[in-house]
Amino acid sequence: MEAIAALLTLFFHILIFPGLLFLFVFGLAAEFFDRKFYARMQNRIGPPWYQTLADFIKLIGKEDMIPAAADKVIFHLMPIFAVTAAVTAFMYVPLWSETGIYAFNGDVVVVLYLLTIPTLTFFLGGWYSRSVYSMLGAARSLIQLFAYEVPLFMCILAAAMLADSWSFKGIVEFYSSHPGYWMFNILGLCIALISLLGKLEKTPFDIPEAETEIVAGTFTEYSGKLLAFFKVALNIELVVGASVLAAVFLPFGYGLPLFGGIVMYFIKVLFIIFLVSLAHSVLARLRIDQMINLCWKVFAPLAFLQVFINLLVKGLLLK
Amino acid sequence: MPQNGPEEVQVPVGPQHPALKEPESFLLSLRGEKITAVNIKLGYNHRGIEKAAENRTYVQDQYLIERICGICSHSHSMCFVQAVEEIAGIEIPARAKYIRTLIAELERVHSHLLWLGVAGHEVGFDTLLMYTWRDREAVMDLFAKLTGNRVNYGMNTMGGVRRDVTPEDLAEIKKVVDVLEERTKYYIEVATEESTLINRLSNVGKLSYEDCINLGAVGPTARASGVDRDTRRDDPYAAYGELEFNVITDKHADVYGRTLVRVQELMESYKMLRQIVDKMPDGPVVVKVPKKVPAGEALSRYEAPRGEDVHFVKGNGTDKPERVRVRAPTLANLQAVSKMLEDNYLADMPIVIAAIDPCFSCTDRMIKLCDTVKLEDRVLTWDEVRVNGIEWYRKNKGLNLAELNASLAGKMGKAWKQ
Repeated sequence: MEAIAALLTLFFHILIFPGLLFLFVFGLAAEFFDRKFYARMQNRIGPPWYQTLADFIKLIGKEDMIPAAADKVIFHLMPIFAVTAAVTAFMYVPLWSETGIYAFNGDVVVVLYLLTIPTLTFFLGGWYSRSVYSMLGAARSLIQLFAYEVPLFMCILAAAMLADSWSFKGIVEFYSSHPGYWMFNILGLCIALISLLGKLEKTPFDIPEAETEIVAGTFTEYSGKLLAFFKVALNIELVVGASVLAAVFLPFGYGLPLFGGIVMYFIKVLFIIFLVSLAHSVLARLRIDQMINLCWKVFAPLAFLQVFINLLVKGLLLK
Repeated sequence: MPQNGPEEVQVPVGPQHPALKEPESFLLSLRGEKITAVNIKLGYNHRGIEKAAENRTYVQDQYLIERICGICSHSHSMCFVQAVEEIAGIEIPARAKYIRTLIAELERVHSHLLWLGVAGHEVGFDTLLMYTWRDREAVMDLFAKLTGNRVNYGMNTMGGVRRDVTPEDLAEIKKVVDVLEERTKYYIEVATEESTLINRLSNVGKLSYEDCINLGAVGPTARASGVDRDTRRDDPYAAYGELEFNVITDKHADVYGRTLVRVQELMESYKMLRQIVDKMPDGPVVVKVPKKVPAGEALSRYEAPRGEDVHFVKGNGTDKPERVRVRAPTLANLQAVSKMLEDNYLADMPIVIAAIDPCFSCTDRMIKLCDTVKLEDRVLTWDEVRVNGIEWYRKNKGLNLAELNASLAGKMGKAWKQ
């Protein structure tokens, strides 16, 4: 009996909460929020609430067109890999309780690693589409990956270092017991947010799918169900990325009763999505060389500064 | 992926590409993200308008020529009608001159606002597109009120204009100009202060003064490189001789300079519109013109929003022209594009092309077939052209319908068997 119950719980976690269904719905809601806000910023009315779902259903109903020269196996597998990696990462992220559904020491590193996989799938999917635009987009996503990943990791690890723990549980517990210490990480939060824009390929870092240059980059040859999965993966990545930043850099509300905790979690995540949309609507797209210069010459040194600040704090205040 | 040497990659931009709103082919050779060479092919939108104009009367041509361009339609129609009036020796009433100038400047305003939005879109700044196009609507509504149409206004006619404007219309124009002036000031602020936008526009698509002169660039593209040329001032037509305005030039010689020239020109246009409304003379708006235009020829110049537009008309004493030749401003600027694109990044391609405010369908005019081996001109017969076209598509990139049908039939056969 116990084994069956454990199995059912496992399936519940994977398929419903906090797995596929919850993330799918939350992802669509996040995309709707992004689109509506973007539209309102531009003096447009924007889509109705069910538009994102309608778009998904429409794409699911379309025929999958695969270029004759493409590698069919990789072309089919990559969208599924992208969704799987993003959903798996979410299992370890604490939402309103102090731990995720699953937790172990070192889960921060695993989550960051899992969040890198969707970008790799964009690269492989685009590269094996064998179209000029897809290959250019694929190369650009990989180049971009090397630029934003370092500052992002440095900032999250700086926060983890201050907490002296490689697990989300340890980080959340530390900041809950040391109120106000999260403020040392504000610089890190800003850099991590900008890096998140790169990870999600949003303006000003939507270079790999720049419409007016390379059509749709990686996704040029994708259509139908496979494109729908990629879109879902991007939405889920947005939610997971925002949740990770919320857990690491905005660690409040974990002591609250269940309902308060849930409200707090959604407020934090929506705030981060709001900042992402804001950047989307007020900035122009950068060029790849400008993006790399910015990441390596400005954000990487600032991330080092964040590590240095946290080392000082740790040495001076936490003795 | 077609390759050119070990490191160069060829990327086709167009004839169908999201960066281009009209079909035109730019074949870019890339080394990494850098453009090493550009191969431009024209002629995807050839409509045979010049030939069609020879088969119609001058009055019919008036409306045909207006349809060369959807954005600067008044420019082409006015350029044509000025040439015809010159041949026929007609002096149009002063009020008609002012109304023509009024429509011309309103057209410049909506065209430059449109361009600003397109430029924003090309660098991934869609918010600017939405804002400027919203403001452009005010001008479009004004056109609907003044002329009855939002595009292809049909305002010009031989010997004047077709509609008069009322004092209420003039008051309305002043109101709209006031609103637009405020908005334009805001866009100037955005263009000169928004750092991601400036980063994307500065030092992109450089075109030196000398190159501008050698390649014959016109309009804002040339003025942004310091070429002080404007037909409105150099060869005044309609009411421009009586208006006060500055010709805007800039020393940046890049896309940023072209943006500055255009937004400053908007401010000059507002200034002119106010003067036109204040100075509008009374009197008739049209004089009677005979149907038959005497033999003779005339060349007419007109400063369209995109640059100098040139029309040549030759009359033979009947009610139909013997020859009409149109040189749209984009044709003059296209030569400069391949120069501008050299040594730029692929990412800058859309904005560099957009910076000349291209209007490809207006440009595609006449095709002259020239034997490249014997270097002699020859006119192909219709059958030769047809055979040539079929052969070309079979050899190059067209579909082989016979093969396609056979393979589809095979698939269908399988499906039926199952």
